Amino acid sequence: MTARCSLSSNARSNLFANSMKLHGILNGLKRIAFTKFSDSRFTQQELPACKPILTPRWVISAFLLVSVVFIPIGVASLFASRDVVEIVDRYETECIPLDNRTDKVNYIQTPGDKSCNRTITVPKRMKQPIYVYYQLDNFYQNHRRYVKSRSDAQLRDNSSASETSACKPEDMINGKPIVPCGLIAWSLFNDTYSFSRNNSTLVVNKKDISWKSDREHKFGSNVYPTNFQSNETLIGGASLDPTKPLSEQEDLIVWMRTAALPTFRKLYGKIEVDLEADDVISVTLQNRYNTYSFNGKKKLALSTTSWLGGKNDFLGIAYLTVGGLCFFLALIFTLVYLVKPRRLGDPSYLSWNRNPGGH
Amino acid sequence: MTRGRIRSKIRRSNLYTFSCLQPQTTDTEGPNAVQGSRVVHCNQPHLHLKKPLKYCSNFISTTKYNVVTFLPKAIFEQFRRVANLYFLLAAVLSLTPISPFTPVSMIAPLAFVVGLSMAKEALEDSRRFVQDMKVNLRKVSVHKGDGVFGYRPWHKIRVGDVLKVEKDQFFPADLLLLSSSYEDGICYVETMNLDGETNLKVKRCLETTLSLDDDESFKDFLGKIRCEDPNPSLYTFVGNLEYDRQVFPLDPTQILLRDSKLRNTAFVYGVVVFTGHDSKVMQNATKSPSKRSTIEKKMDYIIYILFTLLVLISLISSLGFAVKTKYQVPDWWYLQPQKPDGVFDPTNPSLSGFYHLITALILYGYLIPISLYVSIEVVKVLQATFINQDIQMYDEESGNTAQARTSNLNEELGQVDTILSDKTGTLTCNQMDFLKCSIAGTAYGVRSSEVEVAAVQQMAIQEEEEVDLSNFPKRRGGRPVSRDNVERASEIELETVITSSNENDLKPTIKGFSFEDSRLMNGNWSKEPNADVHLLFFRILAICHTAIPEYNEATGSFTYEAESPDEGAFLVAAREFGFEFFRRTQSSVFVRERYTNSGEPVEMEYKILNVLDFTSKRKRMSVIVQDQEGQILLLCKGADSIIFDRLSKNGKMYEETTTRHLNEYGEAGLRTLALAYRKLEESQYATWNNEFQKAKTSIGGDREAVLERLSDMMERELILVGATAVEDKLQKGVPQCIDKLAQAGLKIWVLTGDKMETAINIGFACSLLRQGMQQICITTTNSDALVKDGKEGAKENILNQITNATQKIKLEKDPHAAFALIIDGKTLGYVLDDNMKHQFLGLAVDCASVICCRVSPKQKAEVTRLVKEGTGKTTLAIGDGANDVGMIQEADIGVGISGVEGMQAVMASDFSIAQFRFLERLLVVHGHWCYKRIAQMVCYFFYKNIAFGLTLFYFESFAAFSGQSIYDDWYMLLFNVILTSLPVISLGVFEQDVSSEVCLQVSMLITPKVVLPPYSSYPCCNTYTSTMLLQFPALYQQGPKNLFFDWYRILGWMGNGLYSSLVIFFLNIVIFYDQAFRVGGETADMEAVGTTMFTCIIWAVNCQIALTMSHFTWIQHLLVWGSIVTWYLFLFLYGMMSPLISGNAYQILVEVLGPAPIYWAATLLVTITCNLPYLAHISFQRCFNPMDHHIIQEIKYYKKDIEDRHMWTRERSKARQETKIGFTARVEAKIRQLRGRLQKKHSSNLGAS
Repeated sequence: MTARCSLSSNARSNLFANSMKLHGILNGLKRIAFTKFSDSRFTQQELPACKPILTPRWVISAFLLVSVVFIPIGVASLFASRDVVEIVDRYETECIPLDNRTDKVNYIQTPGDKSCNRTITVPKRMKQPIYVYYQLDNFYQNHRRYVKSRSDAQLRDNSSASETSACKPEDMINGKPIVPCGLIAWSLFNDTYSFSRNNSTLVVNKKDISWKSDREHKFGSNVYPTNFQSNETLIGGASLDPTKPLSEQEDLIVWMRTAALPTFRKLYGKIEVDLEADDVISVTLQNRYNTYSFNGKKKLALSTTSWLGGKNDFLGIAYLTVGGLCFFLALIFTLVYLVKPRRLGDPSYLSWNRNPGGH
Repeated sequence: MTRGRIRSKIRRSNLYTFSCLQPQTTDTEGPNAVQGSRVVHCNQPHLHLKKPLKYCSNFISTTKYNVVTFLPKAIFEQFRRVANLYFLLAAVLSLTPISPFTPVSMIAPLAFVVGLSMAKEALEDSRRFVQDMKVNLRKVSVHKGDGVFGYRPWHKIRVGDVLKVEKDQFFPADLLLLSSSYEDGICYVETMNLDGETNLKVKRCLETTLSLDDDESFKDFLGKIRCEDPNPSLYTFVGNLEYDRQVFPLDPTQILLRDSKLRNTAFVYGVVVFTGHDSKVMQNATKSPSKRSTIEKKMDYIIYILFTLLVLISLISSLGFAVKTKYQVPDWWYLQPQKPDGVFDPTNPSLSGFYHLITALILYGYLIPISLYVSIEVVKVLQATFINQDIQMYDEESGNTAQARTSNLNEELGQVDTILSDKTGTLTCNQMDFLKCSIAGTAYGVRSSEVEVAAVQQMAIQEEEEVDLSNFPKRRGGRPVSRDNVERASEIELETVITSSNENDLKPTIKGFSFEDSRLMNGNWSKEPNADVHLLFFRILAICHTAIPEYNEATGSFTYEAESPDEGAFLVAAREFGFEFFRRTQSSVFVRERYTNSGEPVEMEYKILNVLDFTSKRKRMSVIVQDQEGQILLLCKGADSIIFDRLSKNGKMYEETTTRHLNEYGEAGLRTLALAYRKLEESQYATWNNEFQKAKTSIGGDREAVLERLSDMMERELILVGATAVEDKLQKGVPQCIDKLAQAGLKIWVLTGDKMETAINIGFACSLLRQGMQQICITTTNSDALVKDGKEGAKENILNQITNATQKIKLEKDPHAAFALIIDGKTLGYVLDDNMKHQFLGLAVDCASVICCRVSPKQKAEVTRLVKEGTGKTTLAIGDGANDVGMIQEADIGVGISGVEGMQAVMASDFSIAQFRFLERLLVVHGHWCYKRIAQMVCYFFYKNIAFGLTLFYFESFAAFSGQSIYDDWYMLLFNVILTSLPVISLGVFEQDVSSEVCLQVSMLITPKVVLPPYSSYPCCNTYTSTMLLQFPALYQQGPKNLFFDWYRILGWMGNGLYSSLVIFFLNIVIFYDQAFRVGGETADMEAVGTTMFTCIIWAVNCQIALTMSHFTWIQHLLVWGSIVTWYLFLFLYGMMSPLISGNAYQILVEVLGPAPIYWAATLLVTITCNLPYLAHISFQRCFNPMDHHIIQEIKYYKKDIEDRHMWTRERSKARQETKIGFTARVEAKIRQLRGRLQKKHSSNLGAS
């Protein structure tokens, strides 16, 4: 009887063990079947990572680095800007005869010869090339109605001449498309300048004043101005030579690059001889463009360039300021760390140590 | 089936003295006064096809949408978001010339965003639908007429149908019980899904319907039920049955509720009363609310602010436009103002201004990030996949991973303040294990509870630490001391827990029995002194119960179907001790007794004369038996306090030692019962039984009182035998998890449907309660009569209790005093009712732990709402059963435990985890990360869009407010979609302020040094060492305190955005003012300026995010720096395209900007200037006011944790909230106790030597 008992208990434990084994296998199967995830470092969010922290050394070196980089750049920029010689001559009032100055708009709108002579003295030696700019003021080339009013397709290709829907209200005339259409082209600047020094003409080179890509890809060499400025009651700016393709009308190409601000300069041409200091240059200009209705200034600017472009001290000053500020900050942080250092990883700064008890 | 038949012959009613003592004839009482209007024609379901008797079908649906309503409803849901509505409007307007952009650039992102969100909704809802259909298609046997039953799916069941439900099936609807397989018409029901109670409940049919006990008898069965209307109260039912021209009152004992389960009964017949959504359980279900996280709610406010800003600058713009158009534009001949179009008309400036307002609203729409929602959605889905794939939340046993079921609450996990937890199935496995006992004043059982194990381990660590500290100056000499110390530590172990290392620890565990002590096993008990007491002890275990044995052919032994799991554990224990209870007849219990291991088992019959039932009021249960020798015994088991009061003078022999043992067991979180007996003289019994029988058959109000008095009379003069300690098996790692959560500053409330005693026991077991904690019990006064005559009186009574308790807490001087609040469901009913709830909440908040027992599902939800709304803090509800659904849905976050029976809780939950212990990682690691990630991401998003959007506005003031943008349309389109979105997403998905190993870390520092041989084999001990230890749970508090998304921070970021926009715009404008920007003399046009500005923005915002991040894997590097590279790449490719597409941007990088040094110089200057204040700010903050994670990063960075281990361990132990609950608090108490003992021993050793 005893034997039977122990046997039964053995059997029981055997059975149990078997069932446990089975259970284990089942579990294993289940895991294989249901485990959708992979135990990779990515899914467990344990990818190797760099964890930079802002130690005082890092902070101070960062600020110092900025100042070390910025101050030389600032100095270089300032020098570059100082090297540039720039002459600006404002002429919109002076070029109107004294009698007409009460009604400038009427004067400018009446046809006739509007030539005007200006003299400029060169303050410093200017090395060629000297860039000639016209500068307009209070002229909103960035107005939405103005910016939209053009047709790139038409400018590029002769076959798209009728794509003028964007050009309203300067799109068609008598049912025929205007090429180039739109307000931008229509209001093309039309003052002209000619320069002479000691009665010898200074040649203004008007080639290559626009972007090369514009000439080659945006303004077609087979597109000729048609119906342009033909509405006699409503003439905007300059007319174009209908025999020259648009790709050669560089004044238009420059003009079509709308400016970002209401005050802007655009390239007129290049004088490719050096001008000496105290040279007196006489400018004969045709004052045709109407800026008088909206009180816009007109300026003529002659400028050389440096590697950084034209004359603008701001970049240099800004660099120097930021560089100086960083140096100052580096100094302050250094002082602070010297006076009141905080040991890094000092546990006494942990919130539960700073105000024990309450959190 | 045959077994069921056999068992059904037992007249079970005799076993249940109190329940069967009710008068058998109910017709003496009048029918109930029914207030409701529901009429049910039994067995005539066709009558319920037409109104007004047409009640809702038994089809249930928990989905939000169906096929028809999906599109309109889901679209409505989407456009309830203000931002989406705004973008919809913008998209519509983009079709008109008013828009500054092309229609595609407006519609495509919106369609993408809305489409993605809707697809997510559809997927989630379809999952719910599948689950519903599973339930609806379950089959049940229905009476089809003429006494024939056939199977039909649940959803086709109608009111009035007669059903036959078989064993272990769920009831498909609320039924009126007509008859059962038992002759007296009782059945057992498990209501776990309803109220979480695991006890079987007895239901009893009316006497009149008893005869309807086979299929045939329903041929002509007709009846009419009038009852209350559908309501959510689980414990009440009022109605009458009209049958046989008589009216019978019905009460809850005749009602079988949907989703409860038929147990221990072969079959029942019932008639359907409430179907589908009318049923009580569905009435208890609150509508699943769509939850939004706190951050998202706050985000709405930010959107409102930005919207206000948007409207403001739009108004300024349109006003400026109108003024310019009126006064200046007529002079601007180059615009041909004399030829107006629809939106531009200088003669009508106000109309133009109005049109322009709309243009401006669209133009500045970049202030409101359209991609914000979609980015957040993407980030959350990715975060959710990380949660789903976390191998450390993978449960090997069930093969379940954690599941983020709704991903939009991830960050809410990091802000939880209060956890409301269910008990059964959540904290406990609902399994009782017989662990220890005390017989005749001797304690048996060597296996230790989890608290004890942890205490020893903790102490070993501390000892070692102390030694290390004392050795610090003289390291070399430290070794011997240290070894000595290890010895000391192991000595403690040896002393506290008698090891059983020789025993085979790998022997299969027996369910319900974890007892280990060779002194009692294999009949060895007979060699103990007082063997007769041992015999009696085992007999009480084997006889004093109401369970039924069931032969398990697979294992060849008996299993027991007991009313409560502890009874089952006793029987298993008795079986293992050699007292196998194997048969019960109507009047007897048969036990196979084996006294020695080699001995033959003897079958013994005990005649059951009376059973004095267990009630929570009596707290004890007795049987009066007559053994084969004719000796009459009263065997009693009950709560120790009750038993000790009833001991006879000579029965107190072991009282002192037993009390001590009971205290130890209680402290270890075990459920204890004391066992006692009394020998009765036959004559003495006869007189008592006479009276008892008389009382039983008497009819009258005081019947129960008389019976109770009689029982009480008998249960006196007891002789104490011993005590038992049963472990309510907690789920793996629950006490540790609760401990860590408490240290993270979380409050834990337990809401359970169980009895108060059980709840308190569990409170002890998981360290929510401990000895020395003051328990505040708020209950209604026991006498029901008082309550009946004055609800007001009861309320006043409760209010008094609450104010007294509050006062007591206020007056408490000791800062370490802890209070626990225990309240039952009935009281809660009053408390939640009216304005008392705020006082209650005030009291509850002051208490360290709160336990609510006997609460209904609805009350669970109400308590959750009270906490949520009363404290205004984030609540998390966790549960596993259908009874927790209400609370899971009500809480800010609902967590369901998966892997157990029934998926209702999981289906209703926002997150599901396989075990409670995973909650720790879910909250402290994932919650913390997600919170920080989302908070930083949202802040950054607003920064970036403000920095970008405002530059558009500044430009307007230089462009006559005409609505022209300085940037190319394509740049704008790509800004949010490609160029800046991926780095933010990487911030939102991969950022880690501290690594998870810091949030949690394996206790690697400890285990290799201290050898703990006795423990390594224990499963609970393994759990402890392999359970992740929270290193700095206090870091979690950054979430609930909302340190990363407060207004200070948000406004700071917005200010940063404003500053950046100013720097980017004005620096560039001045740099590119009018002069040539290249050596070739060209001046900058709009395209060049715009592109440079945009380059600066891309650099600035990406460097900003790099500064924000503190964790760079290759992914972050790739995405952040890749974004910048992408921008140049795009610019290059865009410039290569035909000028018809690229316009003025044609070849801009190659020809115009690339060769210009000023372009690069401007980029560098602007980028650095933009980020300088932020860099200075964070450096300054880190220097003077470091936050916790900063310090921890530094400690990790310098590897101080390895160099200075003491500091690390010390900080780790300090880095927790001051807790009054939890394991640690108890372990510390235990350590003090052990240390005292150790010292004593040492001094005695010294004295001896």
